[in-house]
Amino acid sequence: MAASDYPGLDTLALHAGAQPDPATGARATPIYQTASFCFPDSDHAASLFNIERAGHVYSRLSNPTNAVLEERIAALEGGVGAIATASGQAALHLAIITLMGAGSHIVASAALYGGSHNLFAYTLPRFGIETTFVDPRDPQAFAAAIQDNTRLIFGETLGNPGLDVLNIPAIADVAHQAGLPLMVDSTFTTPYLIKPFELGADIIQHSATKFLSGHGIVIGGLLVDSGHFDWEASGKFPTLTEPYEGFHNLIFTEEFGPTAFIQRARKEGLRDFGACMAPTSAFHILQGIETLSVRMNRHVDNTREIVNFLMEHPQVDRVGYPELEGHPDQSLAATLLPKGCGAVFSFDLSGGRPAGIAFVDALNVFSHLANIGDAKSLVIHPASTTHHRMNAEALAAGGIGEGTIRLSIGLEDIKDLIADLKQGLRAAGKAAGGSRS
Amino acid sequence: MMITVNEQAVYCYTNSRDIDPAKPNIVFIHGSGMDHCVWTLASRHFARHGNNVISLDLPGHGRSGGAPLATIEAMADWVIALLDTLKIEQAALVGHSLGSLIALESAAAHASRIRAIALVGTTSPMPVSDAILDAAKANDHSAFDMLTQWGFSKRHQFGGNRSSGIWMIGNTLRLYEQSGPDVLFHDMRACNDYQSGIEQASRVTCPALLLLGAEDRLTPVRSTQALQSALTSAKVEILPGAGHTIMVEAPNAMLDALHQVL
Repeated sequence: MAASDYPGLDTLALHAGAQPDPATGARATPIYQTASFCFPDSDHAASLFNIERAGHVYSRLSNPTNAVLEERIAALEGGVGAIATASGQAALHLAIITLMGAGSHIVASAALYGGSHNLFAYTLPRFGIETTFVDPRDPQAFAAAIQDNTRLIFGETLGNPGLDVLNIPAIADVAHQAGLPLMVDSTFTTPYLIKPFELGADIIQHSATKFLSGHGIVIGGLLVDSGHFDWEASGKFPTLTEPYEGFHNLIFTEEFGPTAFIQRARKEGLRDFGACMAPTSAFHILQGIETLSVRMNRHVDNTREIVNFLMEHPQVDRVGYPELEGHPDQSLAATLLPKGCGAVFSFDLSGGRPAGIAFVDALNVFSHLANIGDAKSLVIHPASTTHHRMNAEALAAGGIGEGTIRLSIGLEDIKDLIADLKQGLRAAGKAAGGSRS
Repeated sequence: MMITVNEQAVYCYTNSRDIDPAKPNIVFIHGSGMDHCVWTLASRHFARHGNNVISLDLPGHGRSGGAPLATIEAMADWVIALLDTLKIEQAALVGHSLGSLIALESAAAHASRIRAIALVGTTSPMPVSDAILDAAKANDHSAFDMLTQWGFSKRHQFGGNRSSGIWMIGNTLRLYEQSGPDVLFHDMRACNDYQSGIEQASRVTCPALLLLGAEDRLTPVRSTQALQSALTSAKVEILPGAGHTIMVEAPNAMLDALHQVL
């Protein structure tokens, strides 16, 4: 028997965490839309509050529908446990406040989702947590930025929006040599395209709003613990290795071993900050995950076709997709992302901002909105929307220009997507004052 | 807490409490390649219910120093030495798999020190397949894989953990991976070589509980007939849906059953 005898990704995507409903036999995971759960007797209640029995108390802390989703993503990622949160941002915040407090420091990739950049650059400093941003393509830059008070290394598997491929093995080595965990946002990639834990990452964050659910109807996040990081050997994480007064001096590493991080995140961060997922959201995300492989395959196939189309178009100055020859991460992408580099990428239109705006406004099949990972194709102009709070220097560090367009390629017929892009490019050409079509 | 047993620093979890001589004592003994973490829920439960709980890490396991012990008999003697160190005259023993054999041997060979035993996921003899022994001897990861997969019932291959958000397969695998080199082999060989279990069971006089998983594929219920016959004082509880890893697969039913003898 070997590792290959474990259920495969597609089987886990359909079954992990779920059993036929014990009360009704329902095959689908029911939506347990309840705030609270009855206690059979007082001792049972006390035992639930004191972590003696398995069960549910209050849906901010845990919920049976959410629990299925949490197990499912933990299984798909090869971790030990997970927490479903109100959003991807809530998952990121939950991880940070579980690991550190005021006076701490984070080293993060400079190529991040705008919301994450806001949290690191503007919000966390108000709470005494500073971040140094570094070139995601330079593992030694991560090493050089580590300080005595650094508690986390953070990056995105594929940088937003430039698709910088994070060299997870190299950066994990840097982190681990410094006794630090590496956390990655794998929203763009999902466990179908990359398994960060197998490459050395310790914590994974997802915005489940995106490809995991795929339908663009819920907001949700997932925080996943690999169970690999040795918090005690590091000696830098008293929240996990020292008595916690907020839970009768419980020492999480002592009592929970490999699940110390995710247990503390639930027992403290989810309890006190309260950014839990609604059970109905968990249900919707579970429906999406069931078809993850099928959808991701199609997303990638459509993306490759569109990348090739844009590469040959005279109005396109640059296409940023790591599979392309000449992309700085082409070789790394072939190693880490052999199934594809996702379905979100950016390209630069000639004609700058006017051309970009005209292009976006002219599209019909593509929806102009601030999201990615929908089954429907999406478009946005990052400099004026998702990344508008970043100054020119920060934009440039993230590989974003005035004419940069970000596409999230959906599952429509490829001929219709390309036809839509063609008419958008015609409008862009006119706006730029050129005659190309 | 860290204590010294046979001149070796070893660890036992006590729910962050000192041993109170006025309270009854319960010792929890983990299975092969594991450590005290497998008993966290049960330890916390019985601590709140007025017991001293001692959830030990066998030598060479978890936070305990030293080398793994070679035989079940040596492990039973070591448990008694641990009781001596803690100045505990008598204790109930709860053991899982390897730990259940240690509890059984302790109750037979040191009857005056043991007031009750609960054998969780047990059988005797407890033969181990050559495939597992060979892989464990080679420190091959496939030993962890085999035990993880066969350690859960078929239905729990897909999880369904009642403890929210914990992927039971991944957590169990990680515990195995954290064991030191050769530890699993020493444990599995000790289980395989322990041939006197039935004879020793016939000598046990204290209250006993056999807690079995109805879908256990490592120590199947059908293999326990000889043990059930020899252990005349035993109550037998068979938990539906559970495999071998009963602490994880049926944590609440296990607690309720343990109250029969603890």
